[in-house]
Amino acid sequence: MGKRVGVEVSIAAADAVGMANVDVVAAYPITPQTHIVEHLSDLVANGKLDAEFIPVESEHSAMSVCCGSSALGARTFTCTSSQGLALMNEIVFIAASMRLPIVMILANRSLSGPLSIWNDHTDVMSVRDCGWIQVFTETGQEVFDHVMWAFRVAEDRQVSLPVIINMDGFILTHVIEPIEFWDSAMVKQYLPDFSPINVLNPDHPTTVGGFGMPGIYTEAKVAQNEALVKSKPHILKAWQELGAVTGRYYQPVETYKIDGAETVFLSMGSTGDTVAMAVDELRAQGKPAGLIKLRLWRPFPFEELRLAARGVKRLIIIDRAVSYGGPGGPVASEIRSAFYGEKEMPVVTNFICGLAGRDVTPEDYIAIYSKSEKMAQGQVRQEDYVFYGVRE
Amino acid sequence: MAKTIKSETDLTWKELEVGCVVSEAGNASQYKTGDWRSMRPIVDKSKCIRCGVCYIFCPDMAIRKTEENYFEADLYYCKGCGICAQECFTGCIAMVPEEE
Repeated sequence: MGKRVGVEVSIAAADAVGMANVDVVAAYPITPQTHIVEHLSDLVANGKLDAEFIPVESEHSAMSVCCGSSALGARTFTCTSSQGLALMNEIVFIAASMRLPIVMILANRSLSGPLSIWNDHTDVMSVRDCGWIQVFTETGQEVFDHVMWAFRVAEDRQVSLPVIINMDGFILTHVIEPIEFWDSAMVKQYLPDFSPINVLNPDHPTTVGGFGMPGIYTEAKVAQNEALVKSKPHILKAWQELGAVTGRYYQPVETYKIDGAETVFLSMGSTGDTVAMAVDELRAQGKPAGLIKLRLWRPFPFEELRLAARGVKRLIIIDRAVSYGGPGGPVASEIRSAFYGEKEMPVVTNFICGLAGRDVTPEDYIAIYSKSEKMAQGQVRQEDYVFYGVRE
Repeated sequence: MAKTIKSETDLTWKELEVGCVVSEAGNASQYKTGDWRSMRPIVDKSKCIRCGVCYIFCPDMAIRKTEENYFEADLYYCKGCGICAQECFTGCIAMVPEEE
């Protein structure tokens, strides 16, 4: 068994990366990710971690270095937030197309402008289609566990894709939580050595990241899409085996008080805990509330979502990003697509809230529930999406 | 696994290497960049002084030396950029439109 310690989640995340025996870390510090990078730098400088720490001059270089080191067969990690992700954007897409199993923690923060360092999901939604496996975490323990899981999944030769672990900035990065650290036997049992499919080696020259003419580009994209879609059974297996090691079993879609629920919240990341408190209160009032937590964002868990929402009449999608001029928040628009044409399609209401760290309390979620009920009863107009709590 | 012998317009997505890695070294030489050409360099040997400035300036190394020490474009690779004609001291290279 691992050891339970009280520690800042960022420090625990960095320690997990170290325990995963990473070979190369290339990252540029940015709030609220800074403590993760700083602690990894400490571990390497103090001789506690035998890895190359490459202090690059920008995030664009960070991801470029990661591509190079991963292509050389080195276990590779980086970490960023918001503007840092925006700056590395070009290479994020390339990493996936080259099938390089890089692991990145994204300490979720709003994109400028106005300039903001606080938490929401506008950064990750800007790379929705980057081709990486993308997962959300709710607690510090989940972050720690998912570092091990991410290397395991990414480097699985049947997968060979990069993984983004989303962790909410400040709400997770800067809080102290009790976290069960894995011991080295657990890591050894769970995470095999990295055995890449292709390795850059001067003795056996190959070309990576070549160009593709119109005659081959479509085939390349189909192969890439298939790889992401087909990664799901390996993702599920890695969660199953993580459960065998830790006793904590994760699912692509998780539910809370879903039995008999008619109006169900859907949230991602650390929000889940707060929504669960609201669900408890609503249930105490005799209301048929429930909660679906979407852990896996890419590949999108269509079957699991439909199964979880079976019999649900109304879904309240909590979005923490805006799709300007679009059909609502990015999560709601995907959920609507997932249910479109299904026999029993729940009514989807979309509330955009918690932008740039604005506090959303259990009372707010109860108010959101009431507004959704009024929409259902026709007392207020059913809107495609609502900015909750905006001053009019 | 993909064999580079097969043309890029014949490969199916299942035949591609993981991450589109090109596993055969140096097969870029099979790529016929001459297909891009709309103008072809023609050398007037009576004016050519065999200085080789065209050979030096060709950005694709698509000019080779003949047995008589003249220089001529390798039309498998020559993209018809016209730099050789531009740099030629004697003006012996003319760029002529490719016929269909």
